[in-house]
Amino acid sequence: MSKLSHLDALEAEAIYIIREVAAECEKPVMLYSIGKDSTVMLHLALKAFYPEKPPFPFLHVNTTWKFHEMIEFRDAQAKKYGLNMIEWINQDGVKKGVNPFDYGASYTDIMKTQALKQALTTYGFTAAFGGGRRDEEKSRAKERIFSFRNSAQAWDPKNQRPEMWKLYNTQIHKGESIRVFPISNWTEKDIWQYIKRENLEIVSLYYAKERPCIEHDGNLIMVDDDRIVKKLGLKPEDIMHKKIRFRTLGCYPLTGGFESDADTLDAIVKETLGAVESERTSRIIDKDGGAASMEKRKREGYF
Amino acid sequence: MSGLLKFITCGSVDDGKSTLIGHLLYDAKLLYADQEDALKLDSKVGSRGGDIDYSLLLDGLQAEREQGITIDVAYRYFTTDRRSFICADTPGHEEYTRNMACGASFADLAIILIDATKGVLVQTRRHARICALMGIRYFVFAVNKMDLADYSEDTFDKIKKQIEELKKELSLYSAVIIPVSATEGDNITKRSSNMDWYKGPVLQDYLETVDIDEATENEKGFYMPVQRVCRPSHEFRGFQGQIEHGTVKIGDEVRSLPSGEKAHVKGIIVADHSEESAVEGQPVTIQLDREVDVSRGCVIESGTDLKAADSFETEVLWMDDDSLTLGKNFLVKLGTKLIPGLITEIKYKIDINTGEHQSTDTLKKNEIAVVTIAVTEPVIASEFSKYRTMGELILIDRITNMTSACGVITKLEDGTKKRHYAADRAARSALNWQSPLVVEFRPFEDGTSVDEIEEAEFKLTSSGRHTYFYHPQSGEDYANVVKNLFEAGLIVLIVLDEDQKENDSLASNEHCKTWSVLRDSDKDVTSDQISAKIFQSTYSTVTLDKNNWII
Repeated sequence: MSKLSHLDALEAEAIYIIREVAAECEKPVMLYSIGKDSTVMLHLALKAFYPEKPPFPFLHVNTTWKFHEMIEFRDAQAKKYGLNMIEWINQDGVKKGVNPFDYGASYTDIMKTQALKQALTTYGFTAAFGGGRRDEEKSRAKERIFSFRNSAQAWDPKNQRPEMWKLYNTQIHKGESIRVFPISNWTEKDIWQYIKRENLEIVSLYYAKERPCIEHDGNLIMVDDDRIVKKLGLKPEDIMHKKIRFRTLGCYPLTGGFESDADTLDAIVKETLGAVESERTSRIIDKDGGAASMEKRKREGYF
Repeated sequence: MSGLLKFITCGSVDDGKSTLIGHLLYDAKLLYADQEDALKLDSKVGSRGGDIDYSLLLDGLQAEREQGITIDVAYRYFTTDRRSFICADTPGHEEYTRNMACGASFADLAIILIDATKGVLVQTRRHARICALMGIRYFVFAVNKMDLADYSEDTFDKIKKQIEELKKELSLYSAVIIPVSATEGDNITKRSSNMDWYKGPVLQDYLETVDIDEATENEKGFYMPVQRVCRPSHEFRGFQGQIEHGTVKIGDEVRSLPSGEKAHVKGIIVADHSEESAVEGQPVTIQLDREVDVSRGCVIESGTDLKAADSFETEVLWMDDDSLTLGKNFLVKLGTKLIPGLITEIKYKIDINTGEHQSTDTLKKNEIAVVTIAVTEPVIASEFSKYRTMGELILIDRITNMTSACGVITKLEDGTKKRHYAADRAARSALNWQSPLVVEFRPFEDGTSVDEIEEAEFKLTSSGRHTYFYHPQSGEDYANVVKNLFEAGLIVLIVLDEDQKENDSLASNEHCKTWSVLRDSDKDVTSDQISAKIFQSTYSTVTLDKNNWII
């Protein structure tokens, strides 16, 4: 039995998994979404190979509707650690003007799911690390750490390969790929405690600050640029200035913030650990399509 | 705080596993608010029509909600004031046993549910056996639905007795038995007033306080399977892996296995900082003071008695939809080594219900068997009971890439080098396109005559069978001769006289049949009948592929 602390044991498990993929998979990539889970993943990858740099590139699927502060943070991190950071944008979607206001659930499909598939296929990646955690959502709770995708990048939840001990089976056929979730067993609480312990830099959006926002469909949405003003026909008096922060990060028109005074890491952790709502409540896409929507999207190839 | 507890819940379908865990989370107020809302909402359409259906918390997949069953492991994370838990809720249906086994390989403790109205079922026994096989030492048997059994102490005692027998049969290290009702909450988080006669622990209390570290390991020394070699520059060469047991310090003399070369530890990096020493469980990068042959799949060790083997007796759980055919090629993953190999022999399979050993030449999904696995070159391996990590393995189908089986090594086999290149009975008889058989004739009582038997042998050889007619002298050690002829893959027709007593070793050979048993009683005994009967009984069952049977 391991005598390590809870966090050390989780860290060791993740590093073991990341190293196994680097050793056995032909062309791995780490998906990087800029959020707190990606921050932890990047940190684990740096640790796993030290003093070597991670022997794989990082991939950010940009929907073009991310918060500005996210993109700045991404570029700064890539520079700081000398990472090979690939940005992928679904140009078809851009040409057609696909946006979160007019396209509903198909926006996520086109700009995220399809974009990710395009990127993986274009580069021929055989394994992609993701920061999914089993405590996030009911169908994630059932996904293996090594999760297989057929040549159409789809997941078959009824036919998952057995995963025994830490003997991961990484064998695939041509055209197939694996999604690997090294932090499957971490909870949101573990993530925050780890960020605090390791003193990791996170995107400023996690800290409370006075930001321009509007109330939209019961969520506090930040006015990050003019596009939302035009789309919703906002008048200056519609825009409030509130001290808000975010628990999860995604596309700004789809990510609800909440009022908070937590402007230090300690305060964030304290606030989060007392949370009564699990984190995805503020991420709107999960509710489109009912209780089984996440599972449906994953079958279709969403990460 | 007793640290993290990883546990699994299992049992037969409808024993109420998901309900039990759902109740544990709900009563302990461990639900996030929106999960609780979702649960109430789902219950309106769920199977309990209005009442809270706790199982909806865990049965996450669409197909499962529709069918009301659990097909895959769901992992749940919760913390009480005393402890953090990861719970793997596993499927009850036999069809999904392999998913249940995944959960078992992950857990330190198993909660096995038993329906009080049904008692110990085959599926209970299967799950307990698989949990024990995967290395779980701590068991809680929760006798559920006590409300439907009138909270009867008699009923509980009867089931308790069955469980105690099972504990003995499977040599379980620790087993506690608790009467509960998952829907009503008796003895889950609070002591039940419906069962005053029960004086043992309440489930939640037990889970919070059980000390799994108490099962001190018998492993000795330091060892680390090498995951990868880290070479960022010409000046740096480090070996990365996770320490599976023991401690390593700068200056320690270590060996690289299987080469056996020795070196001293020059540097230790734990994750991303240099340290003087590192302990079990930590991810490390080790630098040695001289060039040693080390690559992925090697093991760096000191003070262990780990050694290389290319053949091991292994207890396996067959998980593939396709049955095992002997001689099929696999990739074997053991530690960090991936190597071609095959199952050379199925010693026996284990009847889940009775524990009985049965001979077989195939394995079907969800069967447990003891087999011999051979790999193409010696790898570092160990009995599971000695060095856990080096005793766990999986078999990967080289065509479908399916994880076909998992298993634990029960014995390293000696002299395997020699055996690999030796032909065996199966090979010899396969080359002759027949199955070997010994038929024992006793002309003085079974209606045959020596002439007819000789004639039958002639007819068999004319049809292409490889036979031996054997009429031993009085006092000859014919049992031994027959054994050798049989191993040669031949069909032996042995004629015994009245003074040759029935010989035990001949009778105990399952491939030996007496003519009186083999014959069709409605037919006259002629040489045609004898040769036809033996011909039919000796069709070849093995297809020989020379790429497969010699490795």
